[in-house]
Amino acid sequence: MDRFLFLTFDGLSRGAVYAAFALALVLIWRATRIVNFAQGAMAVATAYVAYSVADATGSYWLGFVVALVAGLLLGAGVERVVMRFVDHSSPLNGVVVALGLVLIIQGVLGMIYGNEFRPATAPFSRDAFEIGGVALLSRYDLFVFAAVGAVVVLLTLLFTRTPTGLRMRAAAFAPDVSRLLGVPVGGMLTLGWALAAAVGSLAGMLVIPTELGLHPTAMDIVFISAFTAAVLGGLDSPIGSVLGGLLVGLLLSYISGYLGATVAPMAVLALLVVVLLSRPDGLFSRSKARTA
Amino acid sequence: MSALLEVEGLTAGYGAAPVLHDVSLSVQPGQIVAVLGANGAGKSTLLRTLSGLLPATSGRVTFDGQDLRGIRVERMVHLGIAHVPEGRGVVTELTVDENLRLGGLWRKPQPSLEPIYELFPRLAERRGHLGHQLSGGERQMLAIGRALAAQPRLLLLDEPSLGLAPKITAQIMGLLRDLRDRTGLAVLLVEQNVRSALSIADQGVVLSLGRIVTRHDAATLVDDADLRHAYLGF
Repeated sequence: MDRFLFLTFDGLSRGAVYAAFALALVLIWRATRIVNFAQGAMAVATAYVAYSVADATGSYWLGFVVALVAGLLLGAGVERVVMRFVDHSSPLNGVVVALGLVLIIQGVLGMIYGNEFRPATAPFSRDAFEIGGVALLSRYDLFVFAAVGAVVVLLTLLFTRTPTGLRMRAAAFAPDVSRLLGVPVGGMLTLGWALAAAVGSLAGMLVIPTELGLHPTAMDIVFISAFTAAVLGGLDSPIGSVLGGLLVGLLLSYISGYLGATVAPMAVLALLVVVLLSRPDGLFSRSKARTA
Repeated sequence: MSALLEVEGLTAGYGAAPVLHDVSLSVQPGQIVAVLGANGAGKSTLLRTLSGLLPATSGRVTFDGQDLRGIRVERMVHLGIAHVPEGRGVVTELTVDENLRLGGLWRKPQPSLEPIYELFPRLAERRGHLGHQLSGGERQMLAIGRALAAQPRLLLLDEPSLGLAPKITAQIMGLLRDLRDRTGLAVLLVEQNVRSALSIADQGVVLSLGRIVTRHDAATLVDDADLRHAYLGF
C-alpha cells in the first residue's frame, strides 16, 4: 500500500509535467492545426540557455526566468520566420517542417554543447519527506505542482477573462471572421506560439533535472508521453490535456514501479496506439475532433 | 452629397479567373443599396473584395474619401466598415456574449452591449449560450448585433435572409430600416430574396455574371414590370 501511494504521488508529479507539455501542444493545435513536433527540441534549447545563464551567474532562478523568456522569443520566432510560410493545404506540411526543425535544433545544440549528458541541478531537494511514516513527496515535487498549477490557472484566466484571450480564441476558431471584427489574427498566432513555447520551456525545466540531465534529445521521450496525453485529452481540449497528462504520469509510474522502468517507454507507445485506434477523438471529447 | 462608399471599375476574383468585371457603384450615408442577382453572380465576391478578404486586380474603392487599397482586413472595422459574411460568421465555440464583445473589442473604451441587447431581446435571454446552440434566426441577429457593436458607418451584409423563415427575415429587414432612419447607417445589402431586399432598399443594383446589368431606384425596380421581368425574374 505504501508503495502504491508513493507511485501515485510520483506519477502525479511526472503527470503534472506531461500536463504542462501537453497543454502547450494543445495551444498550438487549437490555433493552427499543427502538432508542434519541435516543441521538445525547442524546450531543450531554452533549457541549455537557462543552465548556461545559471552556471555563469550562480543563480538557478535567473536561469529559470531566462528559460521562460527564451521560450517566448523562440516560439514567436518559429511562428514568424518558419510556420507562417508553411502551406497549410496539406496537414502533413506543418508536421514535416516541425520535424525538420527538430533535426536543426538538435544538430545545433550538439555542435554548441556536445552530444553528451550534462548534469542539470534541481532548485529544491528531490528527497521525499515522510508523511505518516511514508515517503511521498519531495520539495521538488511540490515545486512542480505549484508551477504547473500556476500555469494552468494563469492560462485559464488569460483565455476566459481577458480581451486578449477572447481575441486569441476567436482567431483560432474563426480566423477570417475575426479579421473582419478587427482582430489582428497574425499577432494572435505569434502570441499563441510564444506562450505555448514558454509553457513547453517550463515543462522542460521541470523534467530535465529528474531525468539523466541536459542532452539535445532529452525531451524526446517526454514529448511522446505528452503527445499521448494530448491525444488522450482530445488535442482540442486544454482541460483534457491536463487530465491526460496526469493519467499518463500515473500509468507510467505504476508500470515502472510494478513491471520495471524499461517497460515504461514501450507502454507509452502502446497506449498511444490504443488511443488512436479506439478513441481518436480522445477520452473526454463530446464533439468530433476536426480533421485538420 | 459625397458618397460614403465609392467603387469604380472593380475587377476581382479567385486565381486567374475574374469573378467581378468592372463593377462601379456608390453608397451614400444613410442609404440602403441592395445588390441583387442569381447564385454565382459575384455578390459575395463583391463584399469580400470590399472588405479586403480578396484582393482586387484592378479598380478603385474609396471609403469616406480614403483609398482602401492596401488597407488590411482587420483595419476595416476601425474605419467604420463592418462586414457580416455569408453563413453569418457566428463563432460557434464562443457564447453569445463573447461574440458580441468581440464586435466592440477594438474600441477604447469598450462599448456597452446593453443597446445591442435592447435591440435583440432574444439575444439577451441567451447571453450564456454557445453559438452552435442558436437557431438560424438567432445567429443572424447575433451576427448583425456583433457588427453593430463596432458602431460602423457602413454595414456590408451578405444574404441575411438565407435559410430564415419569412417572418424573421421581415423582422431583420425592418430593423435595418429603423437603424438607417435612426442612426444614418449605410447598408450594402447582398440578397437573393429580391422582394425583401427591395422592400427596404433605396437603390437596387443587379449583378449578373460579375457585371452590373442595371441600377435603379428600388421603387422603380419594383414598379416597372419590364425591368422586373428582364432582370429579377418576377
